[in-house]
Amino acid sequence: MAETHLSPRNIPDRLEGRGARLLKSWESLLLVVACVIFLGNSLASPYFLDPWNLSDATFNFTEKAMIAFAMALVIISGEIDLSVASIIALASTAMGYAVQLGFDTPALVVVGLSVGLLCGTVNGLLITGLGLPSIVVTIGTMSLFRGLSFIILGDQAFTGYPDSFSWFGQGYVWWVFSFEFTLFVILAVAYGVVLHKTNFGRAVYAIGNNQTAALFSGIRVGRVKFMLFLLTGLMAGLASICLTSRLGSTRPSIALGWELEVVTMVVLGGVSILGGSGTIPGVVLAALIMGMVTFGFGLLNVPGIVMSIFIGLLLISVIALPILWRRARRRLAH
Amino acid sequence: MGKLLKNRELLLVGAILVLIALIAWRFPPFIAPTNLARVYNDTSILIILALGQMAVILTRCIDLSMAANLALSGMVAAMLNAAFPGLPIPVVILSAMALGAILGMINGALVWKLDIPPIVVTLGTLTIYRGLIFLLTNGKWINAHQMSDAFKSFPRTDLAGIPVLSWLSLVMVVAIFLVMSRTSLGRAFFAVGGNPHAAVYTGIDVGRTRFFAYCLSGTLAGLSGYLWVSRYAVAYVDIAAGFELDIIAACVIGGISIAGGIGSVPGAVLGALFLGVIKNALPVINISPFAQMAISGMVIIIAVAVNARAERRKGRVILKKAEAV
Repeated sequence: MAETHLSPRNIPDRLEGRGARLLKSWESLLLVVACVIFLGNSLASPYFLDPWNLSDATFNFTEKAMIAFAMALVIISGEIDLSVASIIALASTAMGYAVQLGFDTPALVVVGLSVGLLCGTVNGLLITGLGLPSIVVTIGTMSLFRGLSFIILGDQAFTGYPDSFSWFGQGYVWWVFSFEFTLFVILAVAYGVVLHKTNFGRAVYAIGNNQTAALFSGIRVGRVKFMLFLLTGLMAGLASICLTSRLGSTRPSIALGWELEVVTMVVLGGVSILGGSGTIPGVVLAALIMGMVTFGFGLLNVPGIVMSIFIGLLLISVIALPILWRRARRRLAH
Repeated sequence: MGKLLKNRELLLVGAILVLIALIAWRFPPFIAPTNLARVYNDTSILIILALGQMAVILTRCIDLSMAANLALSGMVAAMLNAAFPGLPIPVVILSAMALGAILGMINGALVWKLDIPPIVVTLGTLTIYRGLIFLLTNGKWINAHQMSDAFKSFPRTDLAGIPVLSWLSLVMVVAIFLVMSRTSLGRAFFAVGGNPHAAVYTGIDVGRTRFFAYCLSGTLAGLSGYLWVSRYAVAYVDIAAGFELDIIAACVIGGISIAGGIGSVPGAVLGALFLGVIKNALPVINISPFAQMAISGMVIIIAVAVNARAERRKGRVILKKAEAV
């Protein structure tokens, strides 16, 4: 036993090639899982492979995934935003209120996005301006933002959105490709480029790995984090437009509990909850997996709350399994 | 005087007194002793839960699953009572506490043995525990007529003019105070949160201490589960949904640092009382009960901002002393 401690560290002669690394990556594991679920779904239900059915399935994850992209950046930078679902509620309430004042569709979009931005600004100012821990601040704003919708709406609901507004959640750009799915693809590419190909993306990783070192290497840590919270707020506003348009009504309990699903999506996508690592392709695959699982369960008539048990188990096991796997391998190696 | 002003507990007592005075100005009957006793009784469950959450937060962890644990343990207690009405109430309470402890142990074991970040663990178990209630009951409610009279009346029973519910919370406050100040486990909670590395060198098992903190919070959540269900005489999937935020809010208001290692039992109790006074005052001063959520959100943000300033100031003082030497 004592000898194992003294043995020299096992340093490989050369690093693994690009292909080998890609094969062993979290993303390729996710891809396999996604394929298995896809196959399982198409075997379990004869209706699954219909293109219109698949198009319907995308509505399960597109809105959450929009937020998940921004959330991935926030979590990579070592922070978290638990207020996203409440931002959706507040933005939706503001849009519903604007409808009562007679706003038309373009104005509603502006209202939704600006409320999202405003909420993001509040989070960002509290976290970077006052240097408060993001987890407590966003637990507070989570309660504050949804609380404001409750004050405005009580047990009422806003309805009566203009017909043209319903396009965002129900319209199709071309054939079976909905507006939401198209937006999801565009955002996936945009976030992939920002995170993996720009200075800003490198700064996000740097902050997540070592905030002090990032500061000393000339990265404006506060400003980058502020932008990330702004971005998350904006994405929540965008998701709110899509969701409100799809549902056609606003209640203060809209999108209740979504923060959990968004965080699960990000973590399932291989983003470390401690910050510093993760990729956008991983998050995209995680979104597809979660969407297909919930849709497949829906086809099999599994109630929503049972799906949430599954998501909870998924969240814990995707983090636990690699740890157990590494531990088992280390034991075998000795 | 400056020291007095910096004393967090005294500051909170002052804030609560000002709050009560403001309410009394709008609605004098609020400060009648019987009403204040009623407010305390109404806050008892929150106090018990805040004590458990405090132990967890002290060790640099967080327990978001407390409300779900409460709902599951409460539901099981109600089902036990509905199935075996003759079962003595202490047995029902002990089984609710045991179940709560087991659920807490699951959290603790995942944090201790697998090193999964506490927030991820408890976000996951939060949905799992609530989902389990649905699986147990198929979404059915257990209503007042299915519960035995003894089950429902126990928390309301008068003992020396105060209901058992209030007595229980007082006993818990004293017990946890003794654990925190007089036992090595209590010291370990503070040590682990204050500096985990130093704690390891003083011979404290960090993971095990966190495990015990989760056991404590789980047990208290189990107890609260019985109290909640018997007090409101109904059990269903969504009881106490979102209450985990109130519990954390009580701790944050009570000056317990989310970064671990700082906090006190009186602080947690006062934090819970602050929220309890607001909750009970809103209806009597004609503010919509829907405003409560936004108000607790505001209070959390203000409290955490105040906490952060207090902690920063303390750091500066230490530096000045070092310079002087």
